[in-house]
Amino acid sequence: MKARGLREIFWFSLSGLCVVIVVGMLGLVIGFIIAKGAGAINWEFLSEMPRNAMTEGGIWPAILGTLLLSLGAIAFALPLGLVAAIYLVEYSRDGKLRRWIRIGVNSLSGVPSVVFGLFGLALFVNFLGFGACILAGSLTLGLMVLPTIIRATEEALKSIPMSFREASLALGATRWHTTVRVVLPAAVSQILTGVILAVGRAAGETAPIMFTAAVFFTKRLPSGLFSKVMALPYHIYALLTEGTHPAEQTAMAYGTALVLLMLVLLVNGAAIFFRIRARKRKKW
Amino acid sequence: MARFTSETVVKPLLGFFALLSLVFLAGILVTLLTESGPFFGEYDPLEFFTGTQWYPTLQTQNAAGEWASDPRFGLLPLLAASLQVTVLALVFAIPLSLGAAVFMAEIAPPALREIIKPLIELLAGIPSVVFGFIGMVLVAPFIKELFDIPIGLNGLSASIVLAFMAFPTITSLAEDAISAVPRDLREASLAMGANRWETVSRVLVPSARSGIYSAVILGFGRVIGETMTVLMVAGGGAALTLDPLSPLRPMTATIALEMGEAVQGGPHYHALFALALMLLLITLGFNLLAERIKKRDFK
Repeated sequence: MKARGLREIFWFSLSGLCVVIVVGMLGLVIGFIIAKGAGAINWEFLSEMPRNAMTEGGIWPAILGTLLLSLGAIAFALPLGLVAAIYLVEYSRDGKLRRWIRIGVNSLSGVPSVVFGLFGLALFVNFLGFGACILAGSLTLGLMVLPTIIRATEEALKSIPMSFREASLALGATRWHTTVRVVLPAAVSQILTGVILAVGRAAGETAPIMFTAAVFFTKRLPSGLFSKVMALPYHIYALLTEGTHPAEQTAMAYGTALVLLMLVLLVNGAAIFFRIRARKRKKW
Repeated sequence: MARFTSETVVKPLLGFFALLSLVFLAGILVTLLTESGPFFGEYDPLEFFTGTQWYPTLQTQNAAGEWASDPRFGLLPLLAASLQVTVLALVFAIPLSLGAAVFMAEIAPPALREIIKPLIELLAGIPSVVFGFIGMVLVAPFIKELFDIPIGLNGLSASIVLAFMAFPTITSLAEDAISAVPRDLREASLAMGANRWETVSRVLVPSARSGIYSAVILGFGRVIGETMTVLMVAGGGAALTLDPLSPLRPMTATIALEMGEAVQGGPHYHALFALALMLLLITLGFNLLAERIKKRDFK
């Protein structure tokens, strides 16, 4: 009897330890980047162009580039994702078509990011002749986050009680009216959570933009959809692997990593906060 | 009447846009096929699948003593590197994930769970380039010291970092699977006098096994497709080896590393698309397998 109890305590502590290890790792990663990167952060670092072969100056073009790329990705993926999810939840019945769409969405979400990069290179950069630019990078990233947006929107729509729709339909509204005027407004905060998470994901990806948008250095800020851009994740990689001043560049890389990490954590934190608040306010 | 017509137009229109993700998937497949087609035309596919050397820029001397380009595109060293790193990462990640999943599903009080879950989500949100950076500056030096080897950038260092990247995926799916086991089973086991650990290990985990397998398979797909971490941490050696302490160059890293140098439209360029095609087929296969297996679970 006693041995059984001891065994229970042992295994339960071990499983608790797993959580402690991983949360500790998370703390270590964040703490390390903060400790090493905080020294590099100042107003000049955040607002200036790089100077002297990446050893001085700032990373403003990379920050701007990452913002543009992520927003571009969402501008492309959000309408498509929204419509697809509305179809799946509000319109389709269980059937072949729906099963195929579901397989498509799931498979798309499993495609490795570097494969998206190659696809973007072949289609947008070479075949359509965009060249490496914001447009090509945004489209590639947009494709990659499309499944995230579809799934989040689906979950949001499914969580709206049937009675909402029935009440609206009973009043004589069409299905489309019901969706746009009743279901979507009720689901909007939850959809927003999914969209924010997708922004965070797009902002942090490197492989898809390596060949479709990002360069190590631009002389000027981007001037349009067809400009090449610098981007935070690619900038970190390039600082660590290219260039001629490894020591100074590593210091810059810590600073850049801190900016990227803070950006992504802020975005993800916002999404989690929104979700918790929405759950508390939910009246049904 | 106007409303009737608007509804009849709306549904097919929405269906068309919903189908786009399938169209995109097909587009990716077709693009990779057409871009790697020339490669399989010029280069013997058998040599690609069985070749043990990957030297895209190799030059050899012919009988007349002239140097000529004689590239070797052997898939095996890259595939072996990908598999090694992925399997090793899962060896680290599976016990951690299962432990954490059991803890979250069965042991942690709800308040604690509400704290841990967002933390795991934050972990999932850390960009892979940051993980790669951490691997370079923290994990690799540690492994170098530990095994007393000249360079710490190798397969083992990469798998340690990858394990933490696979953790959120496997944990959350495994936790869902364990939580989905019907209450009756849990209560029946406890009523029989089993304690909570015995219930977890002999009833809940075995009942949720197809969900757990599916979680692990999805984790496999995620890790084998991961690019930046292996590019920065795995070391980049293209020799065929089974030693995780040697520098490795998985398929994803090869594509990312060499695409910048490959001549557009040349054999090397098309060979990299062939690699991407292999990668896509592997991940698609594992995804479909995971879905197949998961269906056997409880509703």
